[in-house]
Amino acid sequence: MAIRRLGLPAFSRHGTATLRVSLLFSVLFSVLFSVLLSLTLSLLAGLAANQAQAAVEVRDFDSPVTAERYRSLTDGLRCPKCENQAIGDSDSPVAKDMRERVATLLREGRSDREIQDFMVARFGDYVLYNPRLEDRTLLLWGLPAALVLLGGVLVALIVRRRRRASARALSAEERARLDALINRHSDASGDH
Amino acid sequence: MLIEMIPELGHFALVLALLMALVQAVVPLAGAATRRPLWMAFARPMAAGQLFFLLVAYACLTASYLLDDFSVANVANNSNSLLPWYYKASAVWGNHEGSVLLWSLMLGAWGFAASCFSRDLPSDMLARVLGVMGLVSAGFLTFVLVTSNPFTRLLPTPPQDGADLNPLLQDFGLIIHPPMLYMGYVGFSVVFAFAIAALLGGRLDAAWTRWARPWTNVAWAFLTVGIALGSWWAYYELGWGGWWFWDPVENASLLPWLAGTALIHSLAVTEKRGSFKSWTVLLAITTFSLSLLGTFLVRSGVLTSVHAFANDPSRGMFILALLGITVGASLFVFALRAPRVSHAVSFSWLSRDALLLVNNILLVIMTVTVLLGTLYPLVLDAMDLGKISVGPPYFNALFVPLTVILCVFMGLGPLSRWKAMPGREMARRLALSGALALTIGLLAPLVYGGEWNLWVSLGLVAALWVVLPLVRDLIDKSRRSGSPVAALKRLSPAYWGMVLGHLGLAVTIVGVTVVSNYNVERNVRLAVGESASVAGYDFTLTELGQQRGPNYMADTATIAVSRGGEERLFTMHPEKRLYIARGMPMTQVALRPGLLRDLYVAMGEELGDGSWALRIQYKPFVRWLWLGALLMAAGGLVAVVDRRYRRRVKARSGQSSGDQGAAHLSAPREASA
Amino acid sequence: MKRRLLLVIPLLVFIGLAGLLYRGLSLDPSARDSALLARDFPAFSLSSLENPEASYDASLFKGEVTLVNVWGEWCPTCKQEMPQLLDLADRGVRLVGVDYKDSREKGRAFLEEFGNPFEVNLFDPEGELGFELGVYGAPETFLVDANGVIRYHHTGYITPEDVTETIMPEVRKWQ
Repeated sequence: MAIRRLGLPAFSRHGTATLRVSLLFSVLFSVLFSVLLSLTLSLLAGLAANQAQAAVEVRDFDSPVTAERYRSLTDGLRCPKCENQAIGDSDSPVAKDMRERVATLLREGRSDREIQDFMVARFGDYVLYNPRLEDRTLLLWGLPAALVLLGGVLVALIVRRRRRASARALSAEERARLDALINRHSDASGDH
Repeated sequence: MLIEMIPELGHFALVLALLMALVQAVVPLAGAATRRPLWMAFARPMAAGQLFFLLVAYACLTASYLLDDFSVANVANNSNSLLPWYYKASAVWGNHEGSVLLWSLMLGAWGFAASCFSRDLPSDMLARVLGVMGLVSAGFLTFVLVTSNPFTRLLPTPPQDGADLNPLLQDFGLIIHPPMLYMGYVGFSVVFAFAIAALLGGRLDAAWTRWARPWTNVAWAFLTVGIALGSWWAYYELGWGGWWFWDPVENASLLPWLAGTALIHSLAVTEKRGSFKSWTVLLAITTFSLSLLGTFLVRSGVLTSVHAFANDPSRGMFILALLGITVGASLFVFALRAPRVSHAVSFSWLSRDALLLVNNILLVIMTVTVLLGTLYPLVLDAMDLGKISVGPPYFNALFVPLTVILCVFMGLGPLSRWKAMPGREMARRLALSGALALTIGLLAPLVYGGEWNLWVSLGLVAALWVVLPLVRDLIDKSRRSGSPVAALKRLSPAYWGMVLGHLGLAVTIVGVTVVSNYNVERNVRLAVGESASVAGYDFTLTELGQQRGPNYMADTATIAVSRGGEERLFTMHPEKRLYIARGMPMTQVALRPGLLRDLYVAMGEELGDGSWALRIQYKPFVRWLWLGALLMAAGGLVAVVDRRYRRRVKARSGQSSGDQGAAHLSAPREASA
Repeated sequence: MKRRLLLVIPLLVFIGLAGLLYRGLSLDPSARDSALLARDFPAFSLSSLENPEASYDASLFKGEVTLVNVWGEWCPTCKQEMPQLLDLADRGVRLVGVDYKDSREKGRAFLEEFGNPFEVNLFDPEGELGFELGVYGAPETFLVDANGVIRYHHTGYITPEDVTETIMPEVRKWQ
């Protein structure tokens, strides 16, 4: 009965089992969904409790631009001691030293590149989260770009072939009829 | 007496489950190959039996935790008699052994569900599907028993008390994040099994895709929620307000998600149009393989990550062997059995077919990019070319443009039609939404942030370009016949699922864009009575105190927040804790969540003279990240309800499933077959 | 036939990937070479732990192969590896210590308790030299050749086996 009220059509005998699991899943999920939603959107202060260590230091820079450069530099340098953290996020002593040094070098007016070079000279390429383009990283930067190009070519080739396939296989009249058939459905129900 | 035997009982049940999984794998597959109905009939009862014994094993381990049986090594290492009962129960999967058991339990559950709700399948197909799932299950249960037995005892001298659960894991988010994630990972085994069964049976028609689609959607929805929960946990738990770090373990969960997203779309093409058959099979194999790869990466110690389990090379070798056999064999079967000739199904440039082709290619490029970035340090290391790191700057640099391109085509997709669509009509239907998206997107940063910002505009235009054509489409459809409500009601759940899914992505994109560009973060030094202003809010430190928790000491601060000189709006209470047992200092963030912004305060160090360093953050729209993910997951589930998936196979030959509405539904399938 | 070949590609890609992962199992992701290998020992000017008036610079390393060990009283592993360092000194290796982020009293007490294999102990309370050396945790050990160039780097605990199997051969190689 409830099903009818929901506006869903009647189901065949064979469909009911699958219907039940779908409904079960949906109910389960909506419960979970609402729990999460209420948590996510909850306006209760301090509901989300947290325990971990964050690096908090008070630093003053002469300009907001420098402060922003400091933030982006400390986010882009990897702490050599930690598992996988930027020095800006880590509380380990070496990360603290490195932040200190970044701030000093910024105040001396060094460029971002110089500061990164300074760190690489001491701790190695490992500390750069943004690997530089060089011989050994050619594939890392080049492959995605090459794939986008290749993908474009692939789409063009496939669609061209498929278009010709249609021209060969069907007469114009047949095609129009087939299109009408296919699209009647997508239009009527907007089915995806 | 019986209570003392619980771990042995669990161990025994695990062995029985393995035996049943082996029978479930071998007998039905052999039966399907030799056409023996009796052998094929083994599949269903074995799936049920396997699940039963897995439940027993899992219950036994949970009981050992709840009863504080520290003679079980797993309990002794990960629990403590003082732990609250709900953390005892969740500590079961807070470690390697227990989590693999949970993995196996879920695999058994998915297999059982597949056996229950696929009564309409031809018997040989069902036998093969369950057989393949049995094979995967047998592999994992062997792994559990050989390398990661959770029931190993510490006898004859068990420790007095357990070593306790890592405090980071004593948290609500971490109770539900792993099960959700595993449900997603493991759920893709069903579509994988369907694809392999179709290859083995040589029935690569559109039928298998219709059976597999609901399973894929549900698994994908679980994975989406699992990933969102992980991100949410990192946000409030790690103390610096980040929500995605492109850590190898995070990437390991993103990989099957991206491939699974591609799979959902390519299944649609194959089911509706009968094209891309081999491609869809390959994607189904790839998606599950990436789930397995994620398991390997997390548990083998090949990559450094903050989230990885304690590592053990012998386990790594075992999972690699498992991965090699499962994936290698599947791809071998694929190379042998995938159809040699593709059907000349025709479509033109702006057709839905072509747009979904573009979607698939882009999602695959994104998958490859994440995989490449994650494994590249390993590649260089293996070739002795030194150690490098690939982190957030790299992934962001590639993901932003790829997502924007994806959005461009996502805007066109829902408006397009199968096979062909005249460019003029597409342009006509898109003109208004496109113009609106551009105008709003370009102007919004001026209104919201006071100055124009390229990245904000880009993100907003992309999100609106996805949403507005959907709105337009809904309006068009509501006008089609009768009252708008009746017209919208007639739209299929599959359509609504698509709307929700696409809307969810747009919401997430808005969240990412705004929080990345308008996040305000200040580290300030405050003494009692002093205040700092961040993003228009005034934060006044009114009180410092100390507090004693059950197992920690805490410095506490009370911060009154007001706005624009008005009275106090509310107070926030960050803490800095010292866990006595481990001597571990931890920051307890104070959060003030909201739909449009979060306020986030963390305590740093005491700076002497009674002042403290505080990190205050204003994070606009950060909730939209997870809200969008929830919408996407809801979309995946809504689409499952579509009645089309519940029609019997016979319905294809004209015997309609009983309701009038189905008549027009069968039209496209017959036309494309 | 052409299409069949195309269908084999995923399998080949996977085999490559599996090979990589297999190789990965035998690699240690946290082990890395120092960025200073084959470069001059960084410039510094520090006093010694024993004598606040003394002043040393990088010329300390000219003329003889030297093993530089970065340690601190606060570092438990450093205590455990002292017997190995004493053994190395007995084998005739010249050792120089860097007392890293430590106080004089604690550093001296440490040497009294665990022995002093070092010819000189550079006193680096702020960790300046340590930073120049790219040290991210003690103990770390550097081998400097007679020209003052860093030739070998060892992170963490030196086991008795390390002494005979890696460190002594390296020392001989550069002598």
